Amino acid sequence: MLPFFVIIPLGCAFLIPLVSKVKEEWTGLLANLCGLSLLALSIKGIFWVKTGVKIYTVGGWLPPFGICMALDALNACMLLVVNLIGFLALMYSLDYIKKYTSPGLFYTLFCLLLAGLNGVSVTGDLFNMFVFFEITSIACFALVAFGTEAQELEASLKYLVLGSIADTLILLAIGLLLGKVSTLNMADIARSLKVTGPDNLVLYSTGLFFVGFALKAGLVPFHAWLPDAHPSAPAPMSAMLSGVVIKVVGIYALVRVLFNIIGFSAMASEICIWLGIISMIVGVLLAIGQWDFKRLLAYHSVSQIGYVIFGIGLGTPLGIIGGLFHLCNHSLFKSLLFLNAGSVEYATGTRRLDELSGLSSQMPVTSKTSLVASLSIAGVPPLCGFWSKLIIIVAAFQAHHLAGAVACIAVGMVTLASFLKVQKYAFIVKAKEAVSVIKEAPVLMTLAMSILAFLCILVGLCVFPVINTVIKPAAEVLLSGTGYAGWILGGR
Amino acid sequence: MSLYLLCMVLMAVGIYCMLVKKNLVKKIIGLGIMEYAINLFFILMGYRQGGEAPILDKQTPIANFVDPLPQALILTSIVIGLGVTSLMVALVVRIYEKYKTFDINEIRKLKG
Repeated sequence: MLPFFVIIPLGCAFLIPLVSKVKEEWTGLLANLCGLSLLALSIKGIFWVKTGVKIYTVGGWLPPFGICMALDALNACMLLVVNLIGFLALMYSLDYIKKYTSPGLFYTLFCLLLAGLNGVSVTGDLFNMFVFFEITSIACFALVAFGTEAQELEASLKYLVLGSIADTLILLAIGLLLGKVSTLNMADIARSLKVTGPDNLVLYSTGLFFVGFALKAGLVPFHAWLPDAHPSAPAPMSAMLSGVVIKVVGIYALVRVLFNIIGFSAMASEICIWLGIISMIVGVLLAIGQWDFKRLLAYHSVSQIGYVIFGIGLGTPLGIIGGLFHLCNHSLFKSLLFLNAGSVEYATGTRRLDELSGLSSQMPVTSKTSLVASLSIAGVPPLCGFWSKLIIIVAAFQAHHLAGAVACIAVGMVTLASFLKVQKYAFIVKAKEAVSVIKEAPVLMTLAMSILAFLCILVGLCVFPVINTVIKPAAEVLLSGTGYAGWILGGR
Repeated sequence: MSLYLLCMVLMAVGIYCMLVKKNLVKKIIGLGIMEYAINLFFILMGYRQGGEAPILDKQTPIANFVDPLPQALILTSIVIGLGVTSLMVALVVRIYEKYKTFDINEIRKLKG
């Protein structure tokens, strides 16, 4: 089953340009079919992984020599996030992408992006991971520039320059590790490093991994590209970028390398914690002053990613659970907010908050779903964002990290203030003169937003089942550290 | 050892070129230099003094052969580099159509 996570989107990316020659409308349906089947597969994966780690050997070559794909609880959790948001974004684009010419190209790139993200999640080989990184990156660069307006091209260039530097640094780090242990299988590297112990070479490559993945995740001080690139993309793509891409190629890859391959040290924990705190504070402070709806959301992504890396960096079981839970929740509400911004732009033609007013009567679904998402990101109980932030704060107190706990609480308040501003200007305050031409977004767009809002509420109400089935097994994978090698390689 | 250091120097030149140079075409060249430095680094890692091609033959076993794994990786990496470079060239061409300049200081419609 594992290779299908990559084969289905890659096959669709190949078929869609051919189909678009015949009939342009079918491309969207094909892409949605792809998204739906991937979602079904990843839900099945969550339950399948309960019976143990699943391994697929490519070409039948056994793991230390051949490339292997592995499905453990952490992968399964990431695959669920990727494919859930991916499917809903595809559903949303069926109506949204009519604004643009050549939807076939959009769906092709989107399927490539899904293939890359699923590949990064599911692979058990370090160089293979790099190849999927590049597939993801190229699809992202092209999709950010999809509108081919001056600003979008500029944002995409900025993203491409920094993104390719990040890729090069990651490749260099992989090369250094390969030179030391002469293997590329992640589990085998972990086992060899355990025998030889850490030295300066491993330390150097850890540093390179840190810089590379922090550039990809948009952590402060590596965030320069993010507030330009995320708002410039078409709305479903912004939802993917902020909701999924920075998490899979940034956070997931970083924690996989740090915890399961190199082994989590006290120094790495300190770096994660402080990167997290700085990102939280700087991101939210930059967000307050923004008047562009999507740009404000992009700065909040920087801030919320700070929470995730702070929670995971604490290294305690509760902290890791909180970090991973916040990662999943953030992908729900941040992609919902970007879809809201997209439908506001679709209906009114502007993203400036000071030019919008009183949309709550004209766009009831958009306004209600954005209220759910705003309260969720601000951490108002009982929505999903509240629980994950609560767990992170409790974990910070338990780990005696007072500064971090205080920063979490303060940033949460500023986030609430910032989203009250969005709600006030865009939705609540009545328009001075009646603007009757604004209509609610088309039905598929509202459906995608409603599903996400429903999930935000649902996760908030059933916290414990969600944590027990999805998050806790994933956290245990990280906590097992380099013991991961034993699961993949078995007795070999 | 000095060869590895020279590789790092070459890579530093590439990164400097990508980050500091104002001209977009020079940035593209910087991307190329950076990728070549990494490729060279991988190839050097697999090199053995007086090594032969690693082709298995029962009659004449080879005692000293170069490591084929980095070479295989670099083939992939070169192709990826081609993709990224061509995407960047396409972007720069479109940017030139919009802004009529290659100078990064004049390409500033985004704020912040």
